[in-house]
Amino acid sequence: MTPENEAALAECIKSAQGPLKVMGGGTRDIGAQVEGEVLSTRALSGVTLYEPGALTLVAGAGTPLAEIEAVLAAEGQRLAFEPMDHRGVLGTTGEPTIGGVVAANVSGPRRIQVGACRDSALGVRFVDGQGRVLKNGGRVMKNVTGYDLVKLMSGSWGTLGVLSEVSLKVQAIPETAACVLLNGLSDADAVKAMSMALGSPYDLTGAAHAPSGVDGHPVTMLRIEGLEESVSYRADKLVELLAPLGAEILVERDADRLKAGWAWVRDAALLHEVEGAIWRISVKPSDAPALVAQLRETSPEVTVLYDWGGGLVWIATPIMRDLRAMPFKGHATLIRGSGTMKGTVPVFHPEPAPLAKITQGLRAKFDPRSILNPGLMG
Amino acid sequence: MDMPEPNSAILSRKAEIVARLRRVLPPSAVIDDPVETRAYECDALTAYRCPPLAAVLPSTTEEVSAVLRVCHEERVPVVPRGAGTSLAGGSMPTADAVILGVARMNDVLETDYDNRIIRVQTGRTNLSVSGAVEENDFFYAPDPSSQLACAIAGNIAMNSGGAHCLKYGVTTNNLMGVTMVMMDGEVVEIGGAHLDAGGLDLLGLICGSEGQLGVVTEATLRILRKPEGARPVLMGFDDNEVAGQCVSDIIKSGILPVAIEFMDRPCIRATEAFAGAGYPDCEALLIVEVEGSDAEIDAQLQRITAIARTHNPVELRESGSAEESAKIWLGRKSAFGAMGQINDYMCLDGTIPVSQLPYVLRRISEMTKEFGLDVGNVFHAGDGNMHPLILFDANKPGDLEKCEAFGAEILKLCVEVGGCLTGEHGVGIEKRDLMTTQYDPGDLDIQMAVKDVFDPQWLLNPAKVFPLASSEARRIAAE
Repeated sequence: MTPENEAALAECIKSAQGPLKVMGGGTRDIGAQVEGEVLSTRALSGVTLYEPGALTLVAGAGTPLAEIEAVLAAEGQRLAFEPMDHRGVLGTTGEPTIGGVVAANVSGPRRIQVGACRDSALGVRFVDGQGRVLKNGGRVMKNVTGYDLVKLMSGSWGTLGVLSEVSLKVQAIPETAACVLLNGLSDADAVKAMSMALGSPYDLTGAAHAPSGVDGHPVTMLRIEGLEESVSYRADKLVELLAPLGAEILVERDADRLKAGWAWVRDAALLHEVEGAIWRISVKPSDAPALVAQLRETSPEVTVLYDWGGGLVWIATPIMRDLRAMPFKGHATLIRGSGTMKGTVPVFHPEPAPLAKITQGLRAKFDPRSILNPGLMG
Repeated sequence: MDMPEPNSAILSRKAEIVARLRRVLPPSAVIDDPVETRAYECDALTAYRCPPLAAVLPSTTEEVSAVLRVCHEERVPVVPRGAGTSLAGGSMPTADAVILGVARMNDVLETDYDNRIIRVQTGRTNLSVSGAVEENDFFYAPDPSSQLACAIAGNIAMNSGGAHCLKYGVTTNNLMGVTMVMMDGEVVEIGGAHLDAGGLDLLGLICGSEGQLGVVTEATLRILRKPEGARPVLMGFDDNEVAGQCVSDIIKSGILPVAIEFMDRPCIRATEAFAGAGYPDCEALLIVEVEGSDAEIDAQLQRITAIARTHNPVELRESGSAEESAKIWLGRKSAFGAMGQINDYMCLDGTIPVSQLPYVLRRISEMTKEFGLDVGNVFHAGDGNMHPLILFDANKPGDLEKCEAFGAEILKLCVEVGGCLTGEHGVGIEKRDLMTTQYDPGDLDIQMAVKDVFDPQWLLNPAKVFPLASSEARRIAAE
């Protein structure tokens, strides 16, 4: 089913006799397999309002992300949270939609500075499991009118309702950018360097570390963006600040190389060609190196990428078991399962009992017939 | 302001309920003397008052849990209270409710500069969170104007903002985790030192839920390194529309000021008479502040003043020193006091799309004639969060009602142009009955269904946020 407007979407859900597999572009197909009739938001497409002077954009959930990015770029603007493209990691095809981005709360390297997708989401319209057309939030930057269901819907993967329209805060593209590169750091030193930089006044918009970068050697990347005078000043300051670590430091200023480098981090490109399972782990940054070290003890052949100053760890591993057996605080998502893991290892991090009960209670209210992507999130 | 009738069964059992609370808390933490409970009869929305059944002041999460367990068993409504600075009546009690104040819970539990977080008990005041990390040049970004007094608990309940949230976001964007006690006494941990949720974003749901879903006792907050410096520029315009256009152009240019503040003529005049900051007598005044090193600030201010010049300002005053900065901010910071000198005032906080600024200001000015009350506008222009101050005389019969009616019309106007009723103060009791102008019955029903999940008996702060008529069936069914 591909409803062409919100009312038709509501009708599809109201009259559904069984489970629905809710899809935007179908490029982020993680979670438990949903057996059900496909309900696509693809036809709910188009930018309905764009006010560059107010940094606000409203679009149908099925609007291709590329279209939104093009509309924004024409005015020198962008989505601040830099959503990743999952196609490389998952080997999916198709066209990512803005509804999918919000439903999965997809964010990229700039998350550490501007927040996640959910922090840029200002409002949603959606249809719940009973076919009711509902809205929450709006299109203004500050809004505390009633409960914030925009956050709840962001990252609910279509299990609480099907998004029909989203309203987003956007950002002006800064004049210029630079990337301070440190070569050869150990994981522990890299996280230390990123913490020093993120704890400085120099306002980073990206902090990532690849233990084995494109050339096979460790590289730590620190991004700054803004006015030319400011970017060159801060790049110099960061070089000065990090010099005591003893690593070779370079400053990359080439716009195309910067763009490609950060897209490489954003999309976890390092992991694309690696066989095995792919995990995305959110931890306290200073805990990350020890976690990775522990994993390497049993499995030296893991591929690792740190983003968010160490707070996000991407892991590709031939190990077929649940990495959550290792004790750590945070959460792990099995982005790409493999072989026997499929269907046996939960994709989303199991919640402690009291939270699981709340989650279950919310699902029962939003989707009492349990027809929207049932079981997808566990 | 209507409030539900107190439950007489609870009132008649006051002695037993208080005795049970005394068994789980130290003696000084339970207040039931009718004189002493009057300290809790209202918050900063002082027009409405009602002493509670009792007030409790626990010191730990365990004590909060014990109190809630008792109240849950006794079916007594609980009204959580931070520092009592709510402008929306968020912590106003009813006569059958226990006030649960977190004021004694103000410890710093953990400070972690490597991971840029602080964990505090939520009775701690906003400013003292920054105070705890100041010696290392860090700060906590959300800065509501009540930050000297207001508690983190209330900031989380209302999702508070502040002047600097244009750059740093509001509470929800800076909150990483909470320890929360459910109405039945169960303690839950949500989030922590890591980013984002592994499942549904319950943290985002709790922030801004006005104390209706649980009592947040501890919070993990993001702290940031202080910028090297900050300096404002002041600009005056002869036309609100032009000032609004200038705001738009600055935002569009890619420079991200930390604050863009706007004052209109009535407010400028009142402030000048009060504080003498040397503001020009013009239609609209903007204060734009940027951060960074000296050279970075110069570069940003240069671009901003270049934009301003294209709009023919009547005044353009760039700060070159700390002294000049203080002078520019002086008037803005005394604005509320200055308006208070003239008369009593009611402060609204509807938010509108920035593009609608000139239209809304024009309409408000027309409405002052219809209602016969004056309004001064001072607000965060960068994000469209307005703060119209309606002047009235509390001692003049009928003036408060007239003022409230005027306020309601302004808020309806905000919704009509695509905005919302409240940008940072919360709904509380003040805007409860206007919720239907922004939300359809279904939109309110799904929000109330969320409360059903967290607090099936509707005991936590029950008479807030939703129009009483909308929540009545649920509140009665739960009794």
